[in-house]
Amino acid sequence: MNDAALAAAGTVLARWRQDPHALVQILRETQALTHWLPRPLLAHIARALGLTSAQVEGVAGFYRFFHTRPSGRVRVLFSDNITDRMLGSEALLARLCARLGVAPGETDAAGRFSVDRCSCTGLCDQGPALLVDHHHVVTRLDASRVDALADLLLAEAPPDAWPAEWFRVDDGVQRADVLLQGLAADAPALAGVLRRAPQALLDDVAQSRLRGRGGAGFPAARKWQACRDAPGPLRCVVCNADEGEPGTFKDRVLLSAHADAVFDGMTVAARAVGAQQGFVYLRGEYRYLLPQLEAVLARRRAQGLLGRDAGGVAGFDFDIAIHVGAGAYVCGEESALIESLEGRRGTPRIRPPFPVQAGYLGRPTVVNNVETFCAVAHIARRGGAWWAGIGTAESSGTKIHSVSGDCARPGLYEYPLGTTIARILEDCGAPRAQAVQVGGPSGACVPASEFGRAIAFEDVPSAGAFMVFDGSRDLFEVARHFARFFAHESCGLCTPCRVGTELVVRRLDKLAHARGAGRGSAFDIERLHELDTLLHGGTHCGLGASACNPLRDTLAHFGRAYVQRSTADHFEPDVDLDAELSSARRVTGRTDAGAHLHTEQTP
Amino acid sequence: MSAAGRDDFFELDGQRVPLQPGDTILRAAARAGLDIPHLCWHPDVSASASCRLCTVLADDRPVAACVAPAVAGQKVECRTASLDTQRLRLLQMLFVEGNHFCPGCEKSGHCLLQAQAERAGMTDLHFEALNPERPVDASHPDVLFEPNRCILCQLCVRASDEMDGKHVFAIGGHGIATRLLIDSPSGRLGDSALSVDDRAAHICPVGALLPKRVGFAVPIGERPFDTEDTRG
Repeated sequence: MNDAALAAAGTVLARWRQDPHALVQILRETQALTHWLPRPLLAHIARALGLTSAQVEGVAGFYRFFHTRPSGRVRVLFSDNITDRMLGSEALLARLCARLGVAPGETDAAGRFSVDRCSCTGLCDQGPALLVDHHHVVTRLDASRVDALADLLLAEAPPDAWPAEWFRVDDGVQRADVLLQGLAADAPALAGVLRRAPQALLDDVAQSRLRGRGGAGFPAARKWQACRDAPGPLRCVVCNADEGEPGTFKDRVLLSAHADAVFDGMTVAARAVGAQQGFVYLRGEYRYLLPQLEAVLARRRAQGLLGRDAGGVAGFDFDIAIHVGAGAYVCGEESALIESLEGRRGTPRIRPPFPVQAGYLGRPTVVNNVETFCAVAHIARRGGAWWAGIGTAESSGTKIHSVSGDCARPGLYEYPLGTTIARILEDCGAPRAQAVQVGGPSGACVPASEFGRAIAFEDVPSAGAFMVFDGSRDLFEVARHFARFFAHESCGLCTPCRVGTELVVRRLDKLAHARGAGRGSAFDIERLHELDTLLHGGTHCGLGASACNPLRDTLAHFGRAYVQRSTADHFEPDVDLDAELSSARRVTGRTDAGAHLHTEQTP
Repeated sequence: MSAAGRDDFFELDGQRVPLQPGDTILRAAARAGLDIPHLCWHPDVSASASCRLCTVLADDRPVAACVAPAVAGQKVECRTASLDTQRLRLLQMLFVEGNHFCPGCEKSGHCLLQAQAERAGMTDLHFEALNPERPVDASHPDVLFEPNRCILCQLCVRASDEMDGKHVFAIGGHGIATRLLIDSPSGRLGDSALSVDDRAAHICPVGALLPKRVGFAVPIGERPFDTEDTRG
């Protein structure tokens, strides 16, 4: 570790006033200067924060965007959602790697660059996409763009000097209803709202029957009331902008085009529950939105909408800070998000207590999704009854769908809840769809026979993803891709998720002939059913509980894809005896034919 | 509140279990002398809810008994056929995740993982062994760290944090690569502040952390879990 790295850490530590709760931010900002986080640097940061080295190492090793091994000066991460793959991301990754002379996951010998994959970057409607230094995104990759990128990386051109067009991110709004039509930033109107009694604001949200848009669909007003009623002098409001569910990108657009509405909603929530402190937990993949969001917050402070006596309401002191995540899907779970806000590993907490009782630093905390807060801003202006009049009896209001995959017009589509899948498919131009993954991998894989179903809490609930697969797609490979995602994103706390997600991947790899020597059989499919039951039978959090949803749905609706791959009559072990000898070959330095077993070729 | 009496009990597999304020299902059951199988829970430290062996159905909902509050009047099921199978599978998952060779392990007969597996009637691994490569850390003069046997129960982490006040251990990595970290400049136990007298050096339910030079002080066959009644 050199003096420059120490100096970089020192500057960052001073900016965060050696606050151990800012550890994730400190690591992220330090790494932005040092490219990776060597162990001695982690120890230095630990000492400055009064933490142990192991604690800091544990945090650094948890987040996918922290690198504890040497990394290139420019880090290129290919978004690896299934929609990126459908657009050819794997071939482009191979092309870039071939041109650069590195393998995926490797760093150039000269330390110039590293190339790897990352989970979905939320750019599915304009992919394939990649992330550069966790700071820039490049959209609409194709062969020529990849070739030009290779030249720039080899020439060590800094990303700031790359063509600006590469970084273009479109909102892609295809169908706007109330939320995407937007709300004029209207300071006097918000001040008027904030002057109402807090309980009246809460009652309005209760009347709207607004349910959380993050996936679970918990009634917003009940969450707020529980927070408001919880004892304690300090409260928090957190906006969950950790839009990690693959295939979801609506919050990205709300944050970039309607940030004022989101902050309005947070401010209304703070007034209703009596909170002083607000956080936006912005996923690391959206780091590039940070400057513009900070600018909006600064303007709102100048307008008196944040800070002391916010909105001109005496005694209502409320401000919002933005924390940036570091690549961990599980942090979308509200208690894991709070752990991360507090500078720890994003492991979901033991509940009770729930965040509304004891959240950030033990304070009663409301965590709502970006879209929920956006809806609150509209409800506060137009009334709960108005919102309740949209949608269905159980699912009020509108919902934004992030449409991607095999369709003519990907992008954002907003409809009243209760809209059928068929209607959305018609609007986005997907006449040959065989399935839609509604709500992302943790949601439901809906086959064509069920396209008449409606997206609503009482039918097919959705957190906002809508990935379309036409008849050319192999749903087994889709499920295998999602299985890898969940195994990669498991926090590792509980046995069924930590081990079970890995066992699912291995079993699917065996069926795909991507691992071991044995062919699949009905036995392997039986084991998959069993793993599905196990993971649905009691994991620590929703990640584990939903990790087998794609497996379960595709087994049920596309079982043929599995049966086709189980060609063996009886169980065959996946042990590859020849591969088992690889360490012996390595030790003896032998590569000749005699050092290999004569094994039967797999089909 | 409901009728008197009902407020002070819940039902575990048909048996009335008295409860005290703040009780979890597992703690109340343990006080009543009723066994809910577990690995990562210990009465002296806070719960991590990691092993999930203690999963029970509380009013038909699966919960970890070690952290789920005991609720008066609740109907809790532990010994059902499907939960017994689930526990067996969780144990098999732990066995395939690490490298557990009971016949060669000094902990055999003292080992809670082995005992729970025997009680669950485990006779095979069921799943494919993951065969991880985990180097042994024998650097400490008095305590062996054998990560191949670690089941990530976090008891040593919590004992060091809460009872020893030393913070020798932490959890690192994620997913299947989750592992126990040791707080020392080298990352090895020998350079850490751990003393063989620490609670953390003795709380390991398996043979991952073992005091050195006491091997086979109690002969095989006379160890706590060697008796017939604990084998179920």
